[in-house]
Amino acid sequence: MTDSTWQLLLDSLWPMIHGAITGTIPLALSSFAIGLVLALALALMRLSRRRWLSSIARVYISLVRGTPLLVQLFVIFYGLPSLGVVIDPWPSAIIAFSINVGGYAAEVIRAAILSVPKGQWEAAYMIGMSHRRALTRIILPQAARVSVPPLSNTFISLVKDTSLASLILVTELFREAQQVAAFSGQFMALYLEAALLYWVICLVLSSGQGVLEKRLDRYVAH
Amino acid sequence: MSPTDQKLLTVRGLQKSFGANQVLTSVDLTVARGTVLALIGPSGSGKTTVLRCLNGLEIADGGTISIVGADDSRHAPVTIDFAAAHGTRAGVPKKALTNLRDQSAMVFQHYNLFPHKTVLENVMEGPVVVQRRDRAEVEAEALALLERVGLSDKRDSYPFELSGGQQQRVGIVRALALRPTLLLFDEPTSALDPELVGDVLRLIKELAAEGWTMVIVTHELEFAREVATEVAFVDGGTIVEHGDPKEMLRNPKHERTRQFLHRLLFPF
Ligand SMILES: Nc1ncnc2c1ncn2[C@@H]1O[C@H](COP(=O)(O)OP(=O)(O)O)[C@@H](O)[C@H]1O
Ligand SMILES: [Mg+2]
Repeated sequence: MTDSTWQLLLDSLWPMIHGAITGTIPLALSSFAIGLVLALALALMRLSRRRWLSSIARVYISLVRGTPLLVQLFVIFYGLPSLGVVIDPWPSAIIAFSINVGGYAAEVIRAAILSVPKGQWEAAYMIGMSHRRALTRIILPQAARVSVPPLSNTFISLVKDTSLASLILVTELFREAQQVAAFSGQFMALYLEAALLYWVICLVLSSGQGVLEKRLDRYVAH
Repeated sequence: MSPTDQKLLTVRGLQKSFGANQVLTSVDLTVARGTVLALIGPSGSGKTTVLRCLNGLEIADGGTISIVGADDSRHAPVTIDFAAAHGTRAGVPKKALTNLRDQSAMVFQHYNLFPHKTVLENVMEGPVVVQRRDRAEVEAEALALLERVGLSDKRDSYPFELSGGQQQRVGIVRALALRPTLLLFDEPTSALDPELVGDVLRLIKELAAEGWTMVIVTHELEFAREVATEVAFVDGGTIVEHGDPKEMLRNPKHERTRQFLHRLLFPF
């Protein structure tokens, strides 16, 4: 590699980090937050005794998990305008990623709720709790502990998937890399640099996951 | 304290099926205030189901449950006719079901403590969050109860840090803190290591001496003989024989009771 390549990598480092800080990370965080709320609602619908609620959730989850994220993104950004619905790149990306996280995390949360022993519901009812209170105060805190590892994986996948937003013109880490690459012709070097940055972010997130799991560990028997 | 004449609990013709499996065919019970009733009987005979119906965890298909208990700001006498409710939870007036639950508290075979809450939080959850009683007052009462079962030093421990016997004593304290009129125990010692059984039975015996009204499902015949004021033998979803523990355990009238006791005393 030549000195000029090194210089290019160094010069492009800040725009990429800037893209991560102003694009990748907020995009991932906001989509994840919205997606989790959606997922909790879907998981509860799936568990509902009302057939129609559970069916709606089942179809939604199946649809989201059975279609590519890129297609979902394109339908919202490039497809909806033909129906007269025009949404800016950022909100389009957040909507698509939230919908996607909602579908995947719903199954995680549902499984976590089901993994809490039946005796916990009974003890909650025994002390006089309503269904809703038993859920929020007794079942969900225990389900949350169980879902931390799988949801962390969902989040880490999401961080990487946000690179797809570059295809609907959202300025984030990967789009910065693409722009410098196109301009300089140094595709290999710049895309490897982008890969390295994603990797660093994921390493940080994985260690954060470890810390979180340890903190929540007191909740469960060994 | 000995049982009084005043009926606290009356169960008439209680029926419960799970699908095609009729678990309770017809259960009749009357429990006077201060009674300690031991329910004995073979596995699968419906003992747990009776307790669960009394606490509203299960909705019976037919028959009535009536608990007079206390009548104050937190308790109201309640009678539920389950035939009229068609065996569905929705069929029972919500208020009646709440009243039924408020009258009794249950101690579970597997303790069922909340693993994400400390011992003290386990005990205070019901009184503070559900009954909305004053937190400071509840805490003082909870600590006094923990003190009396020898667990005040465990107030900030989590359930997994306790032995089975300690967990079950917390389970009992959690039930007491709800200030029920009727205590229900479902084989409270059967999940415990043998050397831990004594502490829990001793505690229940003390509660009996204080005059608590209790229904206890148990296989501890010696305990039933000593602590219970009445014993009922459950078989095939009904009460086959009912009487004085000392008399009935020594000299059962029914053949099925006799066989059951024999099997319990001479397992091999
Ligand atoms: N929730 C349930 N669903 C289906 N069958 C049940 C349920 N609970 C109990 N049973 C059945 O009812 C019968 C009596 O159970 P149970 O009351 O637990 O008996 P015991 O406590 O005397 O051993 C058993 O055959 C059991 O399989
Ligand atoms: Mg049982």
